[in-house]
Amino acid sequence: MAQDSGTRTLISQAQLRRGRGRFVYWTLLTVVVVGFTLVFLGPLYWMVTGALKSGQEIAQTPPSLFPKDPQPQNYVDAWNNLALAKLLFNTFYYAAGALVFQLVLDTAAAYALSKLRPVLGNVILAMMLATLMIPAMVLIVPQYVTVIDLPILHINLLDSPFAIWLPLVANAFNIFLLKRFFDSIPEELMAAALMDGASPLRTLWSIILPMSRPILGVVSIFAVTAVWKDFLWPKLVMPSPETRTVSVGIYAFSGGTPMNVVIAASVIAAIPTVVIFLIFQRNIMSGLTTGSLKG
Amino acid sequence: MAITTVPGIRSEPGRPAPSYPARSQRTSLGRKVRDNLTGHAFLIGAVVCFAVFSWYPMILGVVMSFQRTRRGETTWVGWDNYLRILDDPSFWTAWRNTFSFTLLALLLGYAVPFFVAILLNEFRHAKGYLRILVYLPVMLPPASALFLFKFYAYDPSEAGLFNAILSALHLPTSQWMQSPQMTMPAMVIASTWMNMGGAVLIYLAALQNIPGELYEAAELDGAGIWRRIVNVTIPQTRLILALLAMLQIVATMQFFVEPLILANGAGAEDSATSVAYLIYQHGFFQNDLNGAAALGVIMLVVLAGFSAVYLRLSAKQD
Repeated sequence: MAQDSGTRTLISQAQLRRGRGRFVYWTLLTVVVVGFTLVFLGPLYWMVTGALKSGQEIAQTPPSLFPKDPQPQNYVDAWNNLALAKLLFNTFYYAAGALVFQLVLDTAAAYALSKLRPVLGNVILAMMLATLMIPAMVLIVPQYVTVIDLPILHINLLDSPFAIWLPLVANAFNIFLLKRFFDSIPEELMAAALMDGASPLRTLWSIILPMSRPILGVVSIFAVTAVWKDFLWPKLVMPSPETRTVSVGIYAFSGGTPMNVVIAASVIAAIPTVVIFLIFQRNIMSGLTTGSLKG
Repeated sequence: MAITTVPGIRSEPGRPAPSYPARSQRTSLGRKVRDNLTGHAFLIGAVVCFAVFSWYPMILGVVMSFQRTRRGETTWVGWDNYLRILDDPSFWTAWRNTFSFTLLALLLGYAVPFFVAILLNEFRHAKGYLRILVYLPVMLPPASALFLFKFYAYDPSEAGLFNAILSALHLPTSQWMQSPQMTMPAMVIASTWMNMGGAVLIYLAALQNIPGELYEAAELDGAGIWRRIVNVTIPQTRLILALLAMLQIVATMQFFVEPLILANGAGAEDSATSVAYLIYQHGFFQNDLNGAAALGVIMLVVLAGFSAVYLRLSAKQD
């Protein structure tokens, strides 16, 4: 992070180092570290260990802090009874496809809009950005009607992964992020490539993309986590038990399954995104702030 | 993350940038497209996706709201769908719930992240750890997090996490999702826990852009901590504060998974029904896609009207 210890913030360094300031600082820091750990990590601990408790133990008062007689069987039951392997595979498949489609089509479009000067480029860009103003819930019904009977082609995309992949390409935020990044690449580089006889595709592949790794990383991470977290759209367009995503699958089973098993399944479903986060946390946090701040 | 630029080279303003291939100003539209085939080929995939899954559904939503499809036959019915939706007693309940959810989420989920960010920005230690903690819930699939709240935190007996804490502190316990009064606060708590990380990180980035001299000057003028927050921090982050307020209101007004999972949809005495949930109900359970489309248009108008008022107000303040 950009902030180093020399940057002046609300309270001055000197004040924090002196007697009383120092005491207040360390007290507050301890309280916040302990408090945040309890508030943000505590529920996750409760979730992972709760799913290890037996049916009786989870219903006892007061609740126990550690599972007295750990039941890994809950996790095994969740895995087997909810066919989690299949659900996780489906979600992974949709996420991977969404990533490929978004990277290829959105990068190409942003590149064209930024560097290739297509006819009506600005109008197209404005129309894309305008979709950011339309709340998702407003479009859910007409989008569903479109997907069950595509205009002109009259194909029904229900239970087809394309019903998840293609609508995600229409992501104005991606286009905006990528185009702004490409805009910052000097025209001189493009001109030099042109003089060397490089085609636009060659320029994109050999010059633009290698320079754009950070932004492509951000777009990729958000593409994958968005699919993993989404609920309503996959619930609507993937109605069959064989094509469900993991969140929708757990929800579908939640009525008739013991709650510890549902929670065990929820823990398993959360592992991939948590792992992605722990690996890529720097990229995620910087991506979040570039996207929103320096507009 | 630094945006890569080559130092020392800058494009001169008045000079047109080279394009592929060079084209003259007087050619026709079709000619321009043909001359720059690559450029348009690159664009076409995304444009088709936008057209089919975004632009067309926008128009279709409005068209559908004035039609009715029965047994495969579609007829124009004027305002019938809107009248039917307005007649539904759940309509007003859903709007009341949606407004109170949005308001509560704004009180809790807007101010809290700002002060958390101010606090975190002062710390010289454990910064990375605290940031990761705050953002961790954002990465959980909402369904997973909501099942955690539903089964373990909001258990109405004293075996539930919240009730266990309350009774350990000798405070009265609550029925949570089974009490119509507590349904809304319970949903807001869960939603804030899941979502506040993003706002905290965005505020943190904004706070780091405040020049330190401003605080120094304020301190020299004798301004205490609170005065410095009011007179330096808030004015310096005003734009981002306004933007996030807007985004948060639009996002929370569409809340859907919270009622669906925590309250099994409508909740005790309809206390959880949201407008988004009503759209889902009409469209996918009552086989009334046209009514759902009308409700969507109403929601769009309310949100757009709200945004307009908000923009007008914030423009006046400047």
